[in-house]
Amino acid sequence: MTDELIAGTVTITGHGGDEIEAYLARPTDPAPRGGVVVIHHMPGYDSATKEMVRRFAAEGFSALCPNLYSREAPGADPDDAAAAVRALGGVPDERLVGDVEGAAAHLKSLANANGKIGVIGHCSGGRQAFLVGCSSQIDAAVDCYGAFVVNEPPSGMPASMKPLLGLAPQLSCPLLGIFGGDDKYPGPDEVAVLKAELERLDKDHEFHTYDGAGHAFFSVDRPSYRPEAAKDGWARILDFYSRTLG
Amino acid sequence: MCTYLTEKFAIEGSGKGALGWFALRQATVYVDHPVHAPYAHTVNIDFLNPELGPSARVALELTQEDALALADAIHAALAAAPAGLASRTQ
Repeated sequence: MTDELIAGTVTITGHGGDEIEAYLARPTDPAPRGGVVVIHHMPGYDSATKEMVRRFAAEGFSALCPNLYSREAPGADPDDAAAAVRALGGVPDERLVGDVEGAAAHLKSLANANGKIGVIGHCSGGRQAFLVGCSSQIDAAVDCYGAFVVNEPPSGMPASMKPLLGLAPQLSCPLLGIFGGDDKYPGPDEVAVLKAELERLDKDHEFHTYDGAGHAFFSVDRPSYRPEAAKDGWARILDFYSRTLG
Repeated sequence: MCTYLTEKFAIEGSGKGALGWFALRQATVYVDHPVHAPYAHTVNIDFLNPELGPSARVALELTQEDALALADAIHAALAAAPAGLASRTQ
C-alpha cells in the first residue's frame, strides 16, 4: 500500500473519434480502483478543476477530466479557451456525452480499473453530469448545483441548452445532488421538482441542500466558498463513491 | 450561475493583449463568473480576433456599476468630440 499518485496530461478518444486532451490523476497502487470522470465547469479546464481531479486520486480513485474545449482551443489558456467556446455557442450536449464516454473508456482501460465509473460536475457540469447519467451506462453521478435540469433557461440561451427532466426515466445510476439553499440557479423549487420526479420514478437518489450557501460554494478561490458546506459536501461525495464505485 | 447568455457583435479596431497589439474582429459581453475579479459574478467583456486563435483576446471583468459607468463614459466622450470623429467612415 502506498499513497503515491501520478498526474498529468493524456490524450483520449472523445466524441466522433476525435483525439482530445485530458487530465488524469491516479494512485499507482495496483489495487482495483473505480474511475471518476470530472466534467469541468464553463470557465474551463482550469487549475481548480485539475486540483479536484488530484483530490479524487488522493482519495483512492482514478480520475480524468476531458478538456471539453480541446477542439476549438488546443493549447490555449483555460480562460481564453472558455471565451472562445462561449462565443461559438458552447459545447453541444451530444458532444459532451461522447467526450465523457471516451473518458470513461480510458479509465476502464487502466490496469487497475475495477470497471466502475462515476461522473461529477459543478454548475454547468452539474447539468451535464445528470445528462450523462441519463444517456450512458455508468455507476454513479454527482450533480453539484447544476441549473436548467428542470427549468427552461432564459431566452437567448443556445438552442442546445434544453431542460433535461424528460430524460429522468433513463437515469442509469444512483444520483447524488448537492445544492446551496441560497442558490437561484438552481433554486430550491427547481431542486424540489427534480427530487419529486426521481421519487415518482423510483430512481435511487440522495440530495443535500446547505443553508447559508449559494452557488459555487465548493470553489475555494471564490467569494462564494462556504467551508462548512464544502467540507460536508466532499464527505458526502466520497462516501457516495465509496458505496457506488467500490 | 453560468448564464451562457452572450451578446456578440462584430467590431473594427485594435487591442493589446498577451500577444501585443492585434486587430479586433469580435466583441462578446456576458454576465457570468469571472476568472480573476473577486466577485461571484461580473460583467465580462472580451475583445477577440478568432482568426488569430483563442489567445488573441483582451478581457475585462467589471462590476455592474463599473460596466455601466464605462458605457456612460464612452457616450460622454463621444458626445464631447466632434460628431463622427472616430467613426468607421471618418
